[in-house]
Amino acid sequence: MSEDWREGGFALYVHWPFCEAKCPYCDFNSHVVANVDQDRWARALAAEIARSAALTPGRVLKSIFFGGGTPSLMKPETVETVLRAARDGWTWANDIEITLEANPRSVEAARFQGFASAGVNRVSLGVQALNDADLRRLGRLHSAAEAQVAFDTARDTFDRVSFDLIYARQNQTLADWETELRSALALAVDHMSLYQLTIEPGTAFGARHAAGGLRGLPDEDLAADMYELTQALCEAAGYPAYEVSNHARPGAESRHNLVYWHYGDYVGVGPGAHGRVTIDGRKHATEDWTAPGKWLEAAEAGSGHRSVAELDGPTQAGEYMLMGLRVCEGVDIDRLERMAPGGIAQEKLAALQDIGVLWKESTRFGVTARGRMVLNAVVTELLPDQD
Amino acid sequence: MTPLSRIRNFSIVAHIDHGKSTLADRLIQLTGTVAERDMKDQLLDAMDIERERGITIKANTVRIDYPAKDGNTYVLNLIDTPGHVDFAYEVARSMQAVEGSLLVVDATQGVEAQTLANVYTAIDADHEIVPVLNKVDLPASDPDRVREQIEDVIGIDASEACLISAKTGVGIPDVLEAIVNKLPPPDEGDADKPLKAMLVDSKYDQYLGVIVIVRVIDGTLKKGDRIRMMKTGGTYDVDDVGVYRPAMTAVESLGPGEIGYLNASIKQVRDTRVGDTITHEKKPCETALPGFKPSVPVVFCGLFPVDANDFEDMRDAIEKLALNDASFTYEMETSAALGFGFRCGFLGLLHLEVIRDRLEREYGIELITTAPSVIYHLYTKDGERRDLHNPADMPDMTTVGHIEEPRIKATIMVPDEYLGDVLKLCQERRGLQMDLTYVGGRAMAVYDLPLNEVVFDFYDRLKSVTKGYASFDYEMIGYREDNLVKMSILVNDEPVDALAMMVHRDRAEMRGRAMCEKLKELIPRHMFKIPIQAAIGAKVIARETLSAMRKDVTAKCYGGDASRKKKLLEKQKAGKKKMRQFGKVEIPQEAFISALKMDS
Ligand SMILES: Nc1nc2c(ncn2[C@@H]2O[C@H](COP(=O)(O)OP(=O)(O)O)[C@@H](O)[C@H]2O)c(=O)[nH]1
Ligand SMILES: C[S@@+](CC[C@H](N)C(=O)[O-])C[C@H]1O[C@@H](n2cnc3c(N)ncnc32)[C@H](O)[C@@H]1O
Ligand code: SF4
Ligand SMILES: [Mg+2]
Repeated sequence: MSEDWREGGFALYVHWPFCEAKCPYCDFNSHVVANVDQDRWARALAAEIARSAALTPGRVLKSIFFGGGTPSLMKPETVETVLRAARDGWTWANDIEITLEANPRSVEAARFQGFASAGVNRVSLGVQALNDADLRRLGRLHSAAEAQVAFDTARDTFDRVSFDLIYARQNQTLADWETELRSALALAVDHMSLYQLTIEPGTAFGARHAAGGLRGLPDEDLAADMYELTQALCEAAGYPAYEVSNHARPGAESRHNLVYWHYGDYVGVGPGAHGRVTIDGRKHATEDWTAPGKWLEAAEAGSGHRSVAELDGPTQAGEYMLMGLRVCEGVDIDRLERMAPGGIAQEKLAALQDIGVLWKESTRFGVTARGRMVLNAVVTELLPDQD
Repeated sequence: MTPLSRIRNFSIVAHIDHGKSTLADRLIQLTGTVAERDMKDQLLDAMDIERERGITIKANTVRIDYPAKDGNTYVLNLIDTPGHVDFAYEVARSMQAVEGSLLVVDATQGVEAQTLANVYTAIDADHEIVPVLNKVDLPASDPDRVREQIEDVIGIDASEACLISAKTGVGIPDVLEAIVNKLPPPDEGDADKPLKAMLVDSKYDQYLGVIVIVRVIDGTLKKGDRIRMMKTGGTYDVDDVGVYRPAMTAVESLGPGEIGYLNASIKQVRDTRVGDTITHEKKPCETALPGFKPSVPVVFCGLFPVDANDFEDMRDAIEKLALNDASFTYEMETSAALGFGFRCGFLGLLHLEVIRDRLEREYGIELITTAPSVIYHLYTKDGERRDLHNPADMPDMTTVGHIEEPRIKATIMVPDEYLGDVLKLCQERRGLQMDLTYVGGRAMAVYDLPLNEVVFDFYDRLKSVTKGYASFDYEMIGYREDNLVKMSILVNDEPVDALAMMVHRDRAEMRGRAMCEKLKELIPRHMFKIPIQAAIGAKVIARETLSAMRKDVTAKCYGGDASRKKKLLEKQKAGKKKMRQFGKVEIPQEAFISALKMDS
């Protein structure tokens, strides 16, 4: 019996799988669909939440996150129905964080007030770039000016506002990014997610790249320089990185995402949503059907889960390291030891420490600034050998 | 038993691809030796590898009954020999078993390096030679020019050469008549004398065990005979004697002048010796045939299993192969970089490739091959000699007086326009020009070259600088002293034994630099920077630094990504297993061979 999840807390993720258009870089579970019967979706999501709540009685919910897709395309009433189900299902923490991902367009901004009334207290705006040429290349439907208006509306409406930028774009120079990041820092409220563009297989960019197109992406050295510059500028402006790509004023970190990185429990509802839920002391991974139609039918028939699998100790330990090493505080050695006794090879830690990518204290270890930049290589070293 | 006057024993000599196998097929087909429906191409190339690569590794024989124009039926025995330089010594030995050769020359190409090497072997064996110009069906064929070339370069009369197309069958009857009329019958032998037969070759058959190819000189060989091998002393009961048509066909007996096989429950090819004299145990012949020296390996390399767990399987496989290929040697080797494996000796590079292919293919063992090397003679200050098979075993230079290396005489034939590049290549490889002549638009360059400069990628380079138009052959000519040193390669300050090599002192810097640059490309970036150095003793002669990996991190990783991202990293980790851990550094397998390739 393990209640390890308490170390990370408990949260709810709601996936809204619809978008106005598909962005060429995006590999999220998002679909462009003309007419969505939102009432039907609201009922199905609420029913899923109720079922999960019945399996996790007595929990205190720290955070709710509407992700997508484009949740800002939800009607405020849909959001309200979902939140009511969550309220009925669990006790809420006094300072519960309720985030909604929003595309920064005027249509969506018009709904901000409705979202706030429904209970949303934080938005994360997908600004992506601060110039129109790059926004167009990223396939975005908004202009820089429109994003600015949406941003202002959000600041007037919500307690907390974050925005996302994608950098390391085609033909972007270090100087270009410095200028853009400085403007972004001037706008920032308390939180920013700064992602380097990743070419994902199965996307339009992925196909172009594989065919030899999409030239002018930064090489490893330029990407590293951009990352280092980002750390330096954000740090100086009072937004240190608390995770690989996330920056916040101290205390303004996203509580929701910290549940993931602290390897807590989270219920996932909606197409393609994943969950990690401890039931009777055993941690389970849930995964929902990805196709929206299939999910809706399955949810209405009794469960949106495509699979539910118990996670063994070593798998949990691997996931905990993968997630936990992304944040500054690193991972707790005793926790790892409880998940997988003898699972961490001391000599590996020592070797990584030796080359300056890892720090270790009596109860925790984590990655150094240099280690964070090569985190995949570090985690690969630490994952147990598979045979 | 066939009277000697009705027997003709012969071989076919040719440069690769000039049509030897195709001609053999036609001869077999035209004489009805094989039913039409059983005919397939390259009948004599038995092993898969032979058929695939179009090369003959073991000698094969076939018996053809030919009703000649003079009204008599002749027995023609063809011995098909390996054409490749690696097996030159084998060829020389099998040629002792026949009296004549067909010299096949592609009439579109003319005389090539292997044509020369093989025809001289035939001449050395006192063969009568019938020139055959093949591929006359092709518009590019130029029989007149090639005829002249044969006379000029080889010095044999080609005025009556047969003009044929082995492909279409044109001229094949003329070849058969020429075999009967121009090649001599076997020297006289006496059926009543004690048995004296030559062991021509032996090979292993999965079902029958060892099959021995014999040429009878005196006496008769029958099923049930108890025979003795005069050199090895082994005695056996003959289970079967027969001839190849080309399928194995049992016969009553083999008499003087005849070629066939015997099967005597011999366990291993290693128990037989090519050139040995076979006689009856009870009534032996008086004098044995002169015999041959066994062939000795000249090229060595380390073979290591990719997966260390395969070592025992590999040992089994190597032992099995060695039982049936007496020319290949092996001994266990331990490498700090590559673990347990074997140091193996081969007759040449092709032989090496064939053995390695067979280990991988027939026994399913993935192998790492280290750079081929040759045997150096190390002399101590007081003149004592020690053979060095592996550069990693090179002792401290202070104990070594001087070093000698094996040299070869290389014959290269090449169209004029590529000659400059060929000379440059030979010079770069420390070659000394011995001769340079022109024959009908082609140049023939003869060089004295160190074998070690040739074993690795010389042939590849030659092919690439001449766009495949050069032909090449070589023979060993002995050992000579030179200024040779051991160059070690250090990765992250540790010497990698499998990359150590012997080089000429004057070329060491250049080779060292090239190796370091190559390795820098081949080794993936690590989380720390890695110095790569070439050194002679303690002196570093070249150095590169592989800078540390700077960035490898997933930008986004949220609740939905945990399992997928973890799987990705696990896959990466599994991929790294294919590399060799060396100290803290992982070196990909292909680096051990690729690092040595020279681009210019
Ligand atoms: N056009 C033509 N091609 C031929 C002739 N004889 C052989 N070849 C082709 O030349 C290539 C080499 O022949 P092969 O008998 O394998 O040569 P080997 O290496 O000497 O045994 C094959 O592709 C044959 O089909 C011929 O008379 N005319
Ligand atoms: C689910 S998406 C955002 C939702 C919202 N529909 C939007 O596009 O603004 C979350 C964030 O991931 C980032 N993102 C998505 N695909 C990315 C990629 N291929 N490379 C880098 N960042 C990416 C974007 O910054 C995006 O805002
Ligand atoms: S980036 Fe956002 S808007 Fe674009 S397709 Fe993905 S989820 Fe939809
Ligand atoms: Mg052939």
